[in-house]
Amino acid sequence: MTVPATDTLPSRPGFRGWLTEPEPKGWTQASAQQFYQGWLRFRAHPLGLVGLAMIVLLILVAIAAPLITSYDPIAQDLSQRLMPPSAEHWLGTDNFGRDVYTRIVYGARTTLHIVVLVTVIVAPIGLLIGTCSGYFGGWVDEVLMRITDIFLSFPGLVLALGFAAALGPGITNAIIAISLTAWPPIARLARAETLSLRQADYIAAVRLQGASSLAIIVRHILPMCVPSVIVRVTLNMAGIILTAAGLGFLGLGAQPPAPEWGSMAATGREFMIDSPWVIAAPGIAIAVVSLAFNLFGDALRDVLDPRGSE
Amino acid sequence: MSGPLLDVENLEVAFGGGYIKAVRGVSFTLGREKLGIVGESGSGKSTVGRAIMRLLPSTAKITSSRLQFGGVDLAKASEQQMMAIRGRRIGLILQDPKYSLNPVMRVGEQIAETYLLHYPQGGGQKAARQKMLEMLAAVQIRDPERVARLYPHEVSGGMGQRIMIAMMLIAEPEVLIADEPTSALDVTVRLEVLALLDDLIRRRNLGLIFISHDLNLVRGFCDRVLIMYAGRIVETLKASELDRARHPYTQGLLASLPSIDRPPAPLPTLERDPSWAMDAPEAGR
Amino acid sequence: MMIGVEKLTVRFAPDAAPAVRGVSFGVEKGEAFGLVGESGCGKSTVLRAIAGLNRHYGGRLTLDGEVLGPIRSKASYRRMQMVFQDPYGSLHPRKTIRSQLMEPLRNQGLPRSSAAVDEALRAVGLDTALSFRFPHQLSGGQRQRVAIARALILRPQVLLLDEPTSALDVSVQAEILNLLSQLRAGHQLTYLLVSHDLAVISYMCSRIAIMQAGEIVELVEVERLRRGEVEHPYSKRLLAASRTYGKERQPV
Repeated sequence: MTVPATDTLPSRPGFRGWLTEPEPKGWTQASAQQFYQGWLRFRAHPLGLVGLAMIVLLILVAIAAPLITSYDPIAQDLSQRLMPPSAEHWLGTDNFGRDVYTRIVYGARTTLHIVVLVTVIVAPIGLLIGTCSGYFGGWVDEVLMRITDIFLSFPGLVLALGFAAALGPGITNAIIAISLTAWPPIARLARAETLSLRQADYIAAVRLQGASSLAIIVRHILPMCVPSVIVRVTLNMAGIILTAAGLGFLGLGAQPPAPEWGSMAATGREFMIDSPWVIAAPGIAIAVVSLAFNLFGDALRDVLDPRGSE
Repeated sequence: MSGPLLDVENLEVAFGGGYIKAVRGVSFTLGREKLGIVGESGSGKSTVGRAIMRLLPSTAKITSSRLQFGGVDLAKASEQQMMAIRGRRIGLILQDPKYSLNPVMRVGEQIAETYLLHYPQGGGQKAARQKMLEMLAAVQIRDPERVARLYPHEVSGGMGQRIMIAMMLIAEPEVLIADEPTSALDVTVRLEVLALLDDLIRRRNLGLIFISHDLNLVRGFCDRVLIMYAGRIVETLKASELDRARHPYTQGLLASLPSIDRPPAPLPTLERDPSWAMDAPEAGR
Repeated sequence: MMIGVEKLTVRFAPDAAPAVRGVSFGVEKGEAFGLVGESGCGKSTVLRAIAGLNRHYGGRLTLDGEVLGPIRSKASYRRMQMVFQDPYGSLHPRKTIRSQLMEPLRNQGLPRSSAAVDEALRAVGLDTALSFRFPHQLSGGQRQRVAIARALILRPQVLLLDEPTSALDVSVQAEILNLLSQLRAGHQLTYLLVSHDLAVISYMCSRIAIMQAGEIVELVEVERLRRGEVEHPYSKRLLAASRTYGKERQPV
């Protein structure tokens, strides 16, 4: 009385066939198939694709910086200061004669550095705190949520100022400061998800197998919270970039002469009337990258939202 | 008694750009009777009901040779015309009142709102309230004044469905489409609600399409039954003649139902024949 | 007696009114016992308390003579497993079938044997090629089979079934009920089955407890139920309502 495996699609050859085969033969294939399905859904969002393209471009630009620029981002040449955009200097030069285009490209590295580090710090902390809080409830929940509330109430920029005052300015401290204020919303999101997941029958089933609470949280609840956290973090990236730029603007981020879009915008202020390119280039770069993350995150939400499909 | 209320011929509904055919070549007529549409999940029965009311998402492709309601061609009607028909001339009762009633409005207000929507010249708030109370009494709710002030979460399932029925009937439609109206109700409450529906339909001379997965229920309640499988109607017959069903799917379905009186031998299970999904559509007249 | 329930009282919050009041019954080894009633009667609550999902209960619960406390040991979980109502909700949406079947073995500290998973799948009539699919790639009936396989992979003595076929199509229900009967006979399992459907309960079980408003109103053998020999007025109403449709139309 075996119910045979049904297959509804004819098998296709090659890689596509492997990705659409109805009976995956291993965990790698099964996961790759799910990723592929997600990708197909994502593909239907043109703006999301635009955002993704821009992010990919950002990454490529950052990696290939030495290959696509011909100037040294920090070498000064005062004979060339404040030159308008031309064939030799595509985006002109700044007040120290440095090629603006080169500094934008190298600044992409800084931006990515900040964004990745903040995410890597914030997501796991927020997830762990949120899921533990939501699962255990009771006093664990109270304590963790009050701690979260405390951090939530700090305005990012003010905290960064405090950090800079205490530990000195610099990009590492800027990242720490931004991270400290970026994790609470993630924790709250994870907690909210956990509260509803806790009631699910599949969690009850695992409890009935004698699983420990830690095992349940890490192996069963966390994977369900990850998609919405990914979406949230992606959408927050724009804010993180802007905060980092703001810190840079205040002189608390990457220190001169290192190229960083925020500090470039700050120095460009003085020359805004006569040499607008000095501030316009980093300003546009910040806006464009923030937009890219927003578009990508929006489309990602449609794809990953557990309430959506299935 | 002029012609059928609803005349459907060759209704087809496809999703996903035309690849997933949810309803295929469905034809039937509805007079002033209780017509049951029975099928399992994926049979297309709910889609038929929604297609008639044009309540499907815009990605759905609906085609038909004929989709006549009274004098109106539903296939060609504009959205404006459909809005005048939905609720006012064809009502829809859904499965779970928890989800189909607005949770933040008192039930009395919701029913009155329906009246005002369809009869803007009907006498205003006062008349609406009066009609609403009459309707609540008509669905056998004792103390309509008190119930009208309740919120949906404060009423039981059975009462919620009665309220839904009241809300749909206050506009005095000619046809009612009920999609699993008693599936979320307890067995003892179910019969009361059905008896109520039966009474109201007979008194107002309405046509009812009763969509359900419960063959036993439809058998006892409806006059005629359409059995759907994989988007097609595989059999049409009078409810009283279900014992003499000829299509193997219908027979299989009847045989696999456990019953209190049946001895505990293994239940006969359905052997699905792929040809059922490919039969020529039955004329449902 | 395999399952013993004595004066079970369950509350959802320490100061709330009891959802289940003074329920007592026993299930013999190898028996299929049914708890039937309408929504809100407390039947699922009883089941969940017995399973160990709800700690706030009063009264005595025993499993094969041993008293069960509110906090259960790993070993007791092994002897009693549960099949849930909603096949869509009882499997983890983001794990493969194979991984979900390995999970009980892992949690009990047993060797994670591929062979055990394959055997469990075959026992419920599923093709082992399905094991790397995700739940949303299976039909309702297939998911419920997986849920049953998951419950049986630890070789429990008792299976608690909470409306196992209510969410399934009629034709699929018949297959699952047949499967459950077969498995009970084949593995000498004891079943405690909860349902609102009197037809399903009387098909599967030999003895039935009818519940209303948190209490058992009547305990009856299935043959007597079939003959209509029930005493409590609620039992009569339930029986009449469950039988009526399918016969004549109710007069208005």
